[in-house]
Amino acid sequence: MIPPMPVPLSWYLFLSAVLFALGVAGFIYRKNVITMFLSIELMLNAVNLTFIAFSYQLQHIDGQIYSFFVMVIAAAEAAVGLAIILAVFRNRGTLQVDEVDTMKL
Amino acid sequence: MDTILFIICAIVAILSGLNMILQKHPISSALSLVGVMGALAVLYLLLGAEFLAMAQMFVYAGAVMVLFIFVIMLLNMGRERASRKSWFAQIVGLPLVLAFLGILLFITKAALPPFRAVQFGTWVGGGAYNIGRLLFTTYLLPFEVISVVVLIAIVGAVILARKEID
Repeated sequence: MIPPMPVPLSWYLFLSAVLFALGVAGFIYRKNVITMFLSIELMLNAVNLTFIAFSYQLQHIDGQIYSFFVMVIAAAEAAVGLAIILAVFRNRGTLQVDEVDTMKL
Repeated sequence: MDTILFIICAIVAILSGLNMILQKHPISSALSLVGVMGALAVLYLLLGAEFLAMAQMFVYAGAVMVLFIFVIMLLNMGRERASRKSWFAQIVGLPLVLAFLGILLFITKAALPPFRAVQFGTWVGGGAYNIGRLLFTTYLLPFEVISVVVLIAIVGAVILARKEID
């Protein structure tokens, strides 16, 4: 029988911060629209983890409701964003963000 | 036991995230993100959010990622080409990201009050019963508004992605 060892809540927040920073790094460094979009999803997931961790800290369920709303908005955003990516690909034939530069000075 | 499970899931999540931003092929990135989401679902379960753990697997790892992979296969994307990158992102990007991470960790460590220790099973408030009751009483208006938002998103996606008929 392994004795239960509680995990400090701050570890969850550290993990969330690391995942969010990974999402930011991916968004800055990658040039593919799809990968940038995936980085945004990673950042949303990191924020969800923070919401749920604080929901546990306060022993209050509202944080989980916010997290649920974030999930729904992320699903809607994925549908619209992927449709926009399809339209861009149909018009430009490329998915590299630095090749879609008509509006650049 | 909690600590072991947390460490395993945290390592899986961080390695999958790193793999996601290092892979050159979009399909590999998408599948790595599925790994992150699975690890996070286990962590939600440890934090007592049973309903959200299931929703994470169904909505994120199921529906959203299938949408991503469909689009990647539809567009027949190959490897990402190395392209001219802006010198600003090249030089300043990584130090800025690291500084950002350092500030986040410092705030978590120093500026917040002492935290409860997380132990599995000590608080199970996140079942479907509690979530549903709160969603249909206190948060009824946001719930209805968000259903309209999803409807608008569906219509918008159909209009944006349809073929132009002359």
